[in-house]
Parts: sequence; structure tokens; C-alpha cells
Amino acid sequence: MLSAAVLAVLATIALALCRASLGPTVFDRLQAASTIGTAAMLLLALFGFLNGRPEFLDLALVYGLLNVVGVIAVLKFFRNGSLGGSVGDPD
Amino acid sequence: MSLVIDILSNISLLVGSLFCLAGAVGMLRMPDFYTRVHAASLIETAGAGFILLGLLLQAGFTLVAAKLLMIGLLILFASPTASHALARAALLRGLKPLLAEKGEQPSKP
Repeated sequence: MLSAAVLAVLATIALALCRASLGPTVFDRLQAASTIGTAAMLLLALFGFLNGRPEFLDLALVYGLLNVVGVIAVLKFFRNGSLGGSVGDPD
Repeated sequence: MSLVIDILSNISLLVGSLFCLAGAVGMLRMPDFYTRVHAASLIETAGAGFILLGLLLQAGFTLVAAKLLMIGLLILFASPTASHALARAALLRGLKPLLAEKGEQPSKP
């Protein structure tokens, strides 16, 4: 069942990659990137259990933290036009 | 006892895999950006939650279980926040949701 879950997560990554390559707006691509990041965390955890080496969970944690920070930074860039700037006022 | 935990873990992994696949197909086939966000957040909450629950049942009371809980909390806090910020940024950028056509009958509540 672990290998079936690994295959399902790999198929999820492939479909999200399709959406990232043909998404019409930049937000579609960002959503697909975030989904690929989450699926990669799941894939690392499952792969560690499949090989009997659960030390891979540390890699999954670090990957998740990097994913979150990256997505928030890119969103702030697209909203404000820069990475500095104020957060509160819309437009 | 061990057999019961194995069966529960396998069922949980299977359900999580099905949720992941359903969310991915929805991400590819939904017509609009906002509906695609909905489908993608299915992967990040239900799919990831069930898969991590299945792994947690296999791990038992060890350090590995604590790490799995940390990963689950990270996903549960961060992914909906990222989805919300993404939809909000799209709305502020002027991306309109896809609504019903003029001549179409509105759906009854």
C-alpha cells in the first residue's frame, strides 16, 4: 500500500506539472508550484517509510518550510510590485 | 492488535491517495482559477492529512511520529494560508471569477 501511495503522489505531481505548463495565468502556475511542493513533502515521507529509513522526514520538514516562505515571497512580489513596500493597503 | 493497526493504516493511505488523485484531476480539468484553488486545497488538506495519518499509525510512539505530527501541522497551517493569499492576490490583480452567462437560468438555492 505504501508503493501504491507513492505512485498516486507521483501521478499528482505529473498532473500538477501539466497545469503549471499550460496554466493561462501566473496564479495557476503558482498554485501548481505550491501543490508540487506539498506533494514532494508527502513523497519524501512515503519514500522514507518505503525504504525503512524515516530520517527522510527531516528533509520533508525543511522542504515544507522553504516552500511556504517561497510562495509567500512570490505572492508579495506580484501584489506589490516589489519585495519591500507596505502590506496593508490594497491597490 | 497489530493486524488492526496495519489494516487501518492501509485504508488511510488508500483514502489519502484517492483524495490526491481526485484533487489533481480537478486541478487539470476545472474551468476557472478559483475552482482550481478549491481542487488543489483538497490535495493539501484531505490527501496530505490521510497519508500522514496512515504513516503515523505505522510509526507508533516514537520520534518519527513526532516529526510526522510536525509535518502535518506545518501543512495544515501553511497550505491554506498560501491558497488564501494566492486567491486574494489574484482578486486584487483583477482576475474575475467565471460566472453564469446572461441567458442562463440561475441555479435554485
